[in-house]
Amino acid sequence: MTRSQAVLSWIDERFPLTKLWKEHLAEYYAPKNFNFWYYFGSLALLVLVLQIVTGIFLTMNYKPDAAQAFGSVEYIMRDVPGGWIIRYMHSTGASMFFVVVYLHMFRALLYGSHRKPRELLWVLGVLIYLCLMAEAFFGYLLPWGQMSYWGAQVIVNLFGAVPLIGEDLAVWIRGDYVVSDATLNRFFAFHVIAIPLVLLGLVVAHIIALHEVGSNNPDGVEIKKTKDPSGKPVDGIPFHPYYTVKDMVGVVVFLAVFSFIIFFAPEMGGYFLEYNNFIPADPLKTPTHIAPVWYFTPFYAMLRAVPAFAGTQFWGVLVMGAAVVILFALPWLDRSPVKSIRYRGPVYKFALALFVVSFVVLGYLGVKPTDFLGKIGELDTAVILARLFTAVYFLFFLLMPWYTRIDSTKPEPKRLTH
Amino acid sequence: MRIETMTRLLLLILLLPLGAQAAGGNEPSLDRAPIDIKDAASIQRGAQVFVNYCLNCHSAQYMRYNRLTDIGLTEKQIAENLMFATTKVGDTMTVAAPAKAAAQWFGAAPPDLSVIARSRGADWLYSYLRSYYRDDARSTGWNNTVFPNVGMPNVLWELQGQQVLKVSEHEGAHGKEQVRSLVLETPGTMSAPAYDRLVADLVNYLVFMGEPVRSQRMQMGYGVLLGLAVLFVLVYLLKKEYWKDIH
Repeated sequence: MTRSQAVLSWIDERFPLTKLWKEHLAEYYAPKNFNFWYYFGSLALLVLVLQIVTGIFLTMNYKPDAAQAFGSVEYIMRDVPGGWIIRYMHSTGASMFFVVVYLHMFRALLYGSHRKPRELLWVLGVLIYLCLMAEAFFGYLLPWGQMSYWGAQVIVNLFGAVPLIGEDLAVWIRGDYVVSDATLNRFFAFHVIAIPLVLLGLVVAHIIALHEVGSNNPDGVEIKKTKDPSGKPVDGIPFHPYYTVKDMVGVVVFLAVFSFIIFFAPEMGGYFLEYNNFIPADPLKTPTHIAPVWYFTPFYAMLRAVPAFAGTQFWGVLVMGAAVVILFALPWLDRSPVKSIRYRGPVYKFALALFVVSFVVLGYLGVKPTDFLGKIGELDTAVILARLFTAVYFLFFLLMPWYTRIDSTKPEPKRLTH
Repeated sequence: MRIETMTRLLLLILLLPLGAQAAGGNEPSLDRAPIDIKDAASIQRGAQVFVNYCLNCHSAQYMRYNRLTDIGLTEKQIAENLMFATTKVGDTMTVAAPAKAAAQWFGAAPPDLSVIARSRGADWLYSYLRSYYRDDARSTGWNNTVFPNVGMPNVLWELQGQQVLKVSEHEGAHGKEQVRSLVLETPGTMSAPAYDRLVADLVNYLVFMGEPVRSQRMQMGYGVLLGLAVLFVLVYLLKKEYWKDIH
């Protein structure tokens, strides 16, 4: 026995190092036909690590104080050596996290990755998405610019629309009657410790669940059903080294896009860093047009689309919440006999395309003022469009049990195709 | 629909809104600011205009004087030509006028200009500083077509001269249309092109001051992308090598 083997067996007798290595990397068998869409899981993990590391360095110079927050960000941008690159990595990382996660979720819709036996995997993923939204929301207040301030004001006021307890609830969240220093301090606490802690736990659970059931693939075929005499899936290959080297290619391409944004377009035309957020927060001056960052705009468009009814705006808040919560039900709404879009019929393909269009259009409407398309009769054209596409968004889910059952499907193959 | 077509379509949809402008509303049309962030001489001239005309009322409290070494000035040059409010070259650009008093004089405290170019944009600043006109209805005697009823008077009027607003009506495609134009009534000490150049230099400086690291950032970007391109070739070949037996 060599010296390194001796060290390893010393550790293995006390901690399952080799066992973990084998179970999760060297002997974790993944389908060999992963395509483009399968890069985004590992990329989400990469962005998570980048956000945590850059975040740690930012907290070393950031001041969670209403009088100093804006200035401390500028201090990081100007006076802290390398501060600007850390800050741009963090601000770009926030948006890229959502880009990667949205594509990762879309992959599930393409290939039925939420279907049995991966329902819990999907549910854990939606929880991660919820955490991510909370993390982004809390973090966006910290630069203490006008959009930070008024965006937080708008979102916290949503809780004020809850019947009976609303006003008290909003005060409880803010810790004040308006968004203030107290709010900034607690949002900082949530952003740097509370939510990241939950997020990390959920990500670990997501990966444990994945490695328990095994990865889905573009054919939606269970590779565990066909094993060789030694018990390995015939169509599976060890995650390491095959997918570690393949994911490295994805990582380099991603980093190229990421770097391009950081070095050449960190504001991304006002979508990643909003122009108004370079004006320090002013509680006395409401901006004429308040738009959340792009990754929230589909839901913001839904909120604005729902009219007040019975004297309360609460319905819009309900619809917006339902748009996220309905994702949890997806594995049980889908009744198709096949998983992958490759074997599904035209109805699902049409429904999915329509869903993507509605999400993107709602996202676009959410960044615009409601009157930017003029009026039809009494109503803003943009509001009518938002209502229409909100309906499409919900019908994609609500009609799914019906249209996935009547859809004509092709028979699933027994083994992976190429 | 085939997956490849769908993939392409999705990417297209995702990238589309990036071309659109984030700001909406019926803003006045702006002139494009003829600035070049690499033109150090222009930024230096702009810095001179800034400390002479802006820094009396407006602060730039996140900008340190010695950061001007980034545009090719020495600390000695900075101290001798550009510093009036302080003696320490590491100080930030603050003003003596207290914000409360200034708010009383002008109706609103003059905003800090450190990152004004990042919130307003170069084109807006360039258009705004050239769009002052005489308006006796205002207490300062000045108004502005880009920023109506602005609190600040035309600080540069001796250079630019005095413009007046001419409104004429004529028949357009949609009935009567109003045309608003600014006419230079009393010339200043500078010709119109020279004044435009001066404002462009000032805006160039404001853009530099908004993000002093900007040119360094882009330079670094080329290096990083080049490094990643080399790395891509290596990891791609590595992947090919490992995967050659997988069919």
